[in-house]
Amino acid sequence: MTAPAIELKGISKAFGPVQANKDISISVQPGTIHGIIGENGAGKSTLMSILYGFYKADKGEIWIKGTKTEIPDSQAAIAAGIGMVFQHFKLVENFTVLENIVLGAEDSGLLMPSLSRARKELKELEEEYELYVDPDKRIDEIGVGMQQRVEILKALYRKAEILILDEPTGVLTPAEADQLFRILDRLRSEGKTIILITHKLREIMEYTDTVSVMRRGQMTATVKTAESSPEQLAELMVGRKVLLRVDKVPATPGKPILEIEKLSVVDSAGVQRVKDIDLTVRAGEILGIAGVAGNGQSELLEVLGGMRDGTGSIRINGQPLPLSGKGSDARARRHAGIAHVPEDRQREGLIMDFHAWENVAFGYHREDIYKKGLFLDNAALRADTEAKMEKFDVRPPNPWLAAKSFSGGNQQKIVVAREIERNPDLLLIGQPTRGVDIGAIEFIHQQIMELRDQGKAILLVSVELEEILSLSDRVAVMFDGKIMGERPADQTDEKELGLLMAGVAGEAA
Amino acid sequence: MDFLTLIQVLDSTVRMATPLLLACLAGLFSERAGIFDIGLEGKMLMAAFFSAAVAAVTGNVWLGLLAGIGASMLLSGLHGLASITFRGNQLISGVALNFLASGLTVLIAESWFRQGGRTPSLLTEGRFNGIELPFAIGPSEAEAAGRPLSELIGEANVIQQIWSELISGHSILVYVAALMVPLTWWVLFRTRFGLRLRAVGENPAAVDTAGVSVRGLRFAAIGIAGVLCGIAGAYLATGLQAGFVKEMTSGRGYIALAALIFAKWRPWHALGACLLFGLLQAVALRFQSIQLGGVSIPVQVMDALPYVLTVVILAGFVGKAIPPRAGGQPYVKER
Repeated sequence: MTAPAIELKGISKAFGPVQANKDISISVQPGTIHGIIGENGAGKSTLMSILYGFYKADKGEIWIKGTKTEIPDSQAAIAAGIGMVFQHFKLVENFTVLENIVLGAEDSGLLMPSLSRARKELKELEEEYELYVDPDKRIDEIGVGMQQRVEILKALYRKAEILILDEPTGVLTPAEADQLFRILDRLRSEGKTIILITHKLREIMEYTDTVSVMRRGQMTATVKTAESSPEQLAELMVGRKVLLRVDKVPATPGKPILEIEKLSVVDSAGVQRVKDIDLTVRAGEILGIAGVAGNGQSELLEVLGGMRDGTGSIRINGQPLPLSGKGSDARARRHAGIAHVPEDRQREGLIMDFHAWENVAFGYHREDIYKKGLFLDNAALRADTEAKMEKFDVRPPNPWLAAKSFSGGNQQKIVVAREIERNPDLLLIGQPTRGVDIGAIEFIHQQIMELRDQGKAILLVSVELEEILSLSDRVAVMFDGKIMGERPADQTDEKELGLLMAGVAGEAA
Repeated sequence: MDFLTLIQVLDSTVRMATPLLLACLAGLFSERAGIFDIGLEGKMLMAAFFSAAVAAVTGNVWLGLLAGIGASMLLSGLHGLASITFRGNQLISGVALNFLASGLTVLIAESWFRQGGRTPSLLTEGRFNGIELPFAIGPSEAEAAGRPLSELIGEANVIQQIWSELISGHSILVYVAALMVPLTWWVLFRTRFGLRLRAVGENPAAVDTAGVSVRGLRFAAIGIAGVLCGIAGAYLATGLQAGFVKEMTSGRGYIALAALIFAKWRPWHALGACLLFGLLQAVALRFQSIQLGGVSIPVQVMDALPYVLTVVILAGFVGKAIPPRAGGQPYVKER
C-alpha cells in the first residue's frame, strides 16, 4: 500500500477554553475523495485551517506523502502541495482571472513574463482537466461557478496534489454542482487527492470514497462510504437518532392569505431586483421559493416584511397593504398579522450583544403583556422568554445570555420562537436552517409543519433545494427577479427545479 | 493676457503642483494597499521642518532632504504600528499624526532656533535651486547680457519661451516628482510588487491565502508613502520656499487626498488632478484681484479656490469614485 497523501496524528487545538480539535487522527489515501462531515462548530474548518497553515496545532503531527511536515503558514502548505478552495472565495474581484491565478506565484519581479507563462499553462490545465475559464475576464464579470473554477485552477497552478474544498456547493446551482463533481472526479482519476468538507449528506454519499465524521471537536468515525448509510452518518454527527425526512400530511389549503400582484422592487443602486411578481399563499400551505442566492428572493422577503419599498400590490386576508410610505414599515406588517424570520439572523433577526430576553421582545415590545405603566415589564419579559426557551428547547435556557453566546441553531430557535408564538396569519421565513445543525434543523422543520397544520400560511425562502422540496406544498422558482415557474412539490424534482433556477424556462411555466 | 504671462502662470502651476503630486502619489501607494492615509499633511509638515532645520544647520540641502525623509518615515512607521500591527483605526491614527506634527514642529523650532517657530532663512546652498537645462535662457545668460531674465525670455520665440520658462529652471525635486508618475504606474501595473500591492488593498485574504505577507506589503506601501511625503515636505521648505514656517503645508495633504479621489487612485490621473489644483493656486498667487465686469473679486476668493474645489470634489460631485475595497479595514484572519 502506498503512503497516505495526508496523515494527521493526534491533532489538538484549543481557543481559550474551547477545545476546537481534540486528538484528531485521519489518514487519506492518494487518488481518493475523502469527505469530512460534521455540524457547524464541530471543528472541521479549524482542522483544515491547521492544514493550510492558518493556525498552529497545539499538539500533533502532519505527515504528507510519508514525510513529517511542518506547516507554519500558507506558503508552507502550498509548498507541501496543498491547495484550498475556501467557502468564501479568496479572489480579487477587479482583477482578471489570469491575475488572480498568478498572484503570489509570480516567476519574477516583472509581471508580463509571469502572465504569459501562466496563460500557456492555463491552457494545458484546461485541456487536462476540462476546466474552461476565460483568462481575461474580470472576476466580477463571471458567475460563482466560474469563480470556483478559478480557485481550483489557482491550486493546480501551484502544483497542488491535495485539494481541500470547504462547503463547495453552498453557492452553486444543482447543475453547477454536478459540473463541479465531474471536475473533481476527473482530478481524482488523474491521481489528485481531494478532501471534501460538507454538511450535505447527499454529496458525501454520492461522491466520496471514504468519510470521516466530526462531532464537538472529535473525529467520531472514519468509514468507507459504500459501507455506510445517511442515517448512520447523521447519527454519528449528532450523537442520537435523527429524523432525516419531515413528517408531512397532505395540505388542506384554505382561503388566500397573501395575494401578491405585479410586485416590483428596485434597490438603492437602481437595479430592479424583483420583477412583476404574482403569487398567492393560502391558509394551511407552505409556498417554497427556490433559487440561487441573489435572484431577488431576499428583496421579496424584505418588501413583504416591511424592510424595503416596492411597487405593485399586496393583500393580506383581502386587505391591501401599502408598499411604501406611511404604514409600510415592519411594525405595520406585524400588526397586519405577518411574522418574519429574516434570512440573516445575526444582522436582522437579533442584536447579537443584547440579552436573549431583550431579543425575544424585539418588534413586539409594545404589546400589552410587556407593559407596566410607561415602562417595560422586564420580569414578565424574562418569564416569557424562559417559557419560550423551554418550549423551543433553546440551550442553555438562560435569558440573561447575550444572543451571540448561543450556537447558530439556538439563535435561530430564539428568532423562530419569537415570530411563531405570536400566532401570525402569515409567516415569512428565510433560510430557516442556514448554519444550523441537523438536530435543530429537525426541530425547526417540525415547528414550521405544525404551524401549517394549524392553518397558517407560510412563505418559505431557501437556497437549499432539499429543504424546499421536503417542506413545501408548492414550489416557485425565482431567477433574475422573476418567477420562472410554479410546481406542486410532489410533482417536481431537483432536476426540473435546477433547470428553472438556472433560468431555463420550463414548459407551461 | 499675453503668451508669456500664460507661460509664467503655468510655470508657477508646476511648482505648486509638485508637493501635491508627491503627496498624492504617497497616498496612492498607501491607499492602494488598503491603508487610509489622512496623515499626509503631518508627514509633509514634519519633513518640511526637519529638512529646513538640518539644511540650515549643516548648510547641506541633501542632508536636509535625508532628514526630511527620515522624519516622514518615522511618522509612517508610527501609522503602521497603530493601524497594521495593532489594527487600530486608520483615520484616528492619521489625525493624531497631523496634530503631533503640527505641535511638534513649532515646539522644536522654537527650542532650537528661537525665531518664533520658524527656521532661519536658507541661503543658496541650503536650498534646492533651479536646474538650467541645455539651450535654455537662464540667469547666467541674463547676467552675461546685463539685462533682466524676463526681458530676454520675452524676446525669444514661442518654443524657446516654453522651454526656458516652463520646462527649465525647476529644482531637481520637480523633475523627480514628474518622473514618479510613470514610475508609479509602472510599479503598480507592471511588477509583481504592484500586483500584490493592489491585491492587498482589494482583498487581503486573497493575498494571505496565496502565501504572501499582508503585513509586509502594507508596511512596504506606507514606507514608500513616507519617502514620497518626505520629498514633498523637503521641497516645500527648501525648494519652493527658503525655510520652514509654522503650518507651511497649509492643508496640502488634504488637497492631495482630494486629488487622489478625483484621480480615482490612478497615477496619470493624479498628475492631472494635481496640476489642476496647482493651477488654481498659481492663479491665486498671480492675480490677487480680478476685475470681472466692473466688480472686483477680492483676493480671499482667489486664495480660497483650491479649498473650495477640494470640498466640491470630496462632496462627490465628480462622478463616483470607488476606493480600494479593503481600504481602512485592518486585516484579521478569519477562522
